[in-house]
Amino acid sequence: MDSSQIVDDTTAAVELRALSKQFGGVRANADVNLRVERGTIHGVIGENGAGKSTAMKILYGIYRPDAGEIFVGGKKCVWASPSDAIAMGIGMVHQHFMLAGPYSALDNILLGAEPVRWGFIERKKARERLESLARQYGLPVEWDRPVEQLPVGIQQRIEILKLLYRHSNILILDEPTSVLTPQETSDLFANLKKLRDEGKTIVIITHKLKEVMSFTDRVTVFRAGKVTGEVETSRTNPQELANLMVGRKVVLSIDVPPARPRPETAIEVQGLSLAGPSGSRHKLSDVSFSVKRGEIVGVAGVEGNGQSELLQALLHPRESRCRTAGPVRYLANDVTVWDAAKIRDLGVAVIPEDRQSEGLLLERPVSENFLLGLQRSDAFSRAGFLRLRNLEKTATLAVEEYDVRPRGLMNTAGQLSGGNQQKLIVAREFQRQPQVLIAAQPTRGVDVGAIEFIHNRIVRARDEGAGVLLVSSELDEILTLADRILVLYEGRVVAEFQRADVSERELGLKMGGG
Amino acid sequence: MRKLLQPILAVALGLALGLAVTWIAGESPWHVLKILEKGAFGSGYDFGMTLFYTTPLIFTGLSVAVAFHAGLFNIGAEGQLTVGALAAAVVGAVWSGLSAPLAPVVAVLAALLAGTIWGAIPGWLRARRGSHEVINTIMLNFIAAGLTSYVALYLLKNPDSQNPETRPIGPGYLIHQFGIFGGAPVSAALPLAILAAALVWVLLWRTSLGFEIRAVGQSEPAARAAGIDAGRIRIIAMCLAGGLAGLVGVGEVLGNAGKFKVGFSPEFGFIGIAVALLGRNQPAGILAAALLFGALHKGTADLDFETEHVTRELSLILQALVILSVSADGLWSWMKERRRPVIPETAGGVTC
Repeated sequence: MDSSQIVDDTTAAVELRALSKQFGGVRANADVNLRVERGTIHGVIGENGAGKSTAMKILYGIYRPDAGEIFVGGKKCVWASPSDAIAMGIGMVHQHFMLAGPYSALDNILLGAEPVRWGFIERKKARERLESLARQYGLPVEWDRPVEQLPVGIQQRIEILKLLYRHSNILILDEPTSVLTPQETSDLFANLKKLRDEGKTIVIITHKLKEVMSFTDRVTVFRAGKVTGEVETSRTNPQELANLMVGRKVVLSIDVPPARPRPETAIEVQGLSLAGPSGSRHKLSDVSFSVKRGEIVGVAGVEGNGQSELLQALLHPRESRCRTAGPVRYLANDVTVWDAAKIRDLGVAVIPEDRQSEGLLLERPVSENFLLGLQRSDAFSRAGFLRLRNLEKTATLAVEEYDVRPRGLMNTAGQLSGGNQQKLIVAREFQRQPQVLIAAQPTRGVDVGAIEFIHNRIVRARDEGAGVLLVSSELDEILTLADRILVLYEGRVVAEFQRADVSERELGLKMGGG
Repeated sequence: MRKLLQPILAVALGLALGLAVTWIAGESPWHVLKILEKGAFGSGYDFGMTLFYTTPLIFTGLSVAVAFHAGLFNIGAEGQLTVGALAAAVVGAVWSGLSAPLAPVVAVLAALLAGTIWGAIPGWLRARRGSHEVINTIMLNFIAAGLTSYVALYLLKNPDSQNPETRPIGPGYLIHQFGIFGGAPVSAALPLAILAAALVWVLLWRTSLGFEIRAVGQSEPAARAAGIDAGRIRIIAMCLAGGLAGLVGVGEVLGNAGKFKVGFSPEFGFIGIAVALLGRNQPAGILAAALLFGALHKGTADLDFETEHVTRELSLILQALVILSVSADGLWSWMKERRRPVIPETAGGVTC
């Protein structure tokens, strides 16, 4: 392309042309073309590692492209850093908010862009401008409360106001709904539509097909670093998008036959309570439930309502500072004073909540990650020495069976994509022949193809007689898999349903405390 | 290949800087280099002295490395080796009648045990009380220094000497010195150190316990979730680290001095940190790095006598510069990073 051509005749808000980016030997983006029209909500979807985040980070100036061009409003742009992109009206809300907890909403918005006069911050003037912005876009916020006291949905609103305050016309939101309740999610999208109608351009990075279908105008699909399709939302359907993402036909929701629970109890907890820091509310209050063998019990709830604490209490009952009204039991063993190793030896498999920190040794090879937790099992050790040949044999088979890619055992776990990391963990945990399976967010950030695979495995474990506790903030996942559903809200079990008896709406309301 | 190149470059850089300093002081760098080479490897005796300094550095390097694999920073090797040497000397002085095969074994076990206890204390404090091992190991270094001075000056003072040292150990305790080194005190402690390096390798890479140690060092949350008691593993790792450092006492007390001399160690414990770093915490690398620092120690000692302008202090500067450039691991990654774009690849696979 002729590089002297500075002004293009395009009217697109943003256009990426033939963008390529390589990290080490990995091609994160190859010849990516993406066009976002002014005044639209544009979805960017793809599996983990498909390159959608990389492309957006290039647009925002975090990465520099190896090749290709960026046009904003028809002008060719070269960023040295995000501040150049911000100056051109591009703003980004990161998946993990960048807010200073103890500061007020107002100060968080001003932070880094304080209007200063004679060395003093002109709070009053800034506040007036913000209030008019909030009115214009219908985004009310309590300006003087510390943001840590505000609900997540409001924190996100503050992030958006931050961008508006900095005159952003193009808003990029990275996985904006991952921490929101269904109600907060629909509020968010109502607000985004309002912003769009006021002339803003919005780009949403997500992996949730449903959101893309209901809230976007156009969609760009990424696969393996390339754009595999750009379609108008009204002319497509979830199945087509899923196929574009994965490159083959996928089963979007698996058919789960009803459970046949056995009489034996797999997990039993009575009156679990955990006090928060003094003065604040309890992290867990009087949580009681049981899981039978051969059934899946789902724990639904927005993240941060006690799920992490519950998992810790189940896995490390001795070390958790929980009070219980009765013993914690696994398979009729009172494990209240057991350590984690002894519990796991009963045949308890765990898919941990945070796979990167709790599930894997990221800098170590796949083979060692496969060994983690099994290093004293008879299969892989004898008299304190590791049986490395056995390990290699078994791990090679497992990597094949669970389709962990790439296949090599010597790649470090950190080199795998999120979905493959998760498959590695599943492969390892199922090596235990689980009698009890505790699966926390088993498909978070996992691509569509791998979700199907992991769901099938969980159901198979159930049918083979394992008692499964499924903790998930994805409503769809709970509704697909769970036979019984508990709703956790502010550390309490506020509702219990049979799957057949509950609608998504009802669950969503309970999750929001309604 | 690159793994090998970086430490070699670091050593070369440190040496070049050090030679530049001697050049400013008025010595020809070439001359200095020749003295260094001759001082460390020139004769059987010189090489023997190099090996004599190498031996304790292998032990302390391994000590730091084992702790490091468990995610701990053992700055206490100096204290651990001090109490180890003292224990060997006390046993040898108190039961001086013990004879050959049993006596050295008892003394070695005493050194091992004393070092182990000195490592266990900060290990336990870290694992069960959460107080940081860096602070506690440093404190224990001081306590060890005070304790040994007290023992050497009051309890077991050598009546035949003006120096702060303990009574000599019984003759049955002395271990074999190799004759081929022209009288340099190279003893059976050297093969013991090499054996220790091999055992540490087996432990770390071939046993369940070693895997657990490395898992805890890599990621405590992951180890914990896998049912590994991270606290217990940390205590074990610090015990091992202490024991390894304690074995320094074998070469010094049984293989060389025949008694405990206050201040015998020219900070072997701290040089051990550089040894572990340069050896990338791998036993084979530590053997090589210990030899290098041993040679440097011996070579720079000779600079003092053999040149006009380079004094003991300047030769210490030379050593320090090598250590500094080895420790500047961050510098290398930083220089690599600078050639990359704005923000390095972080959290690449997390969100998308």
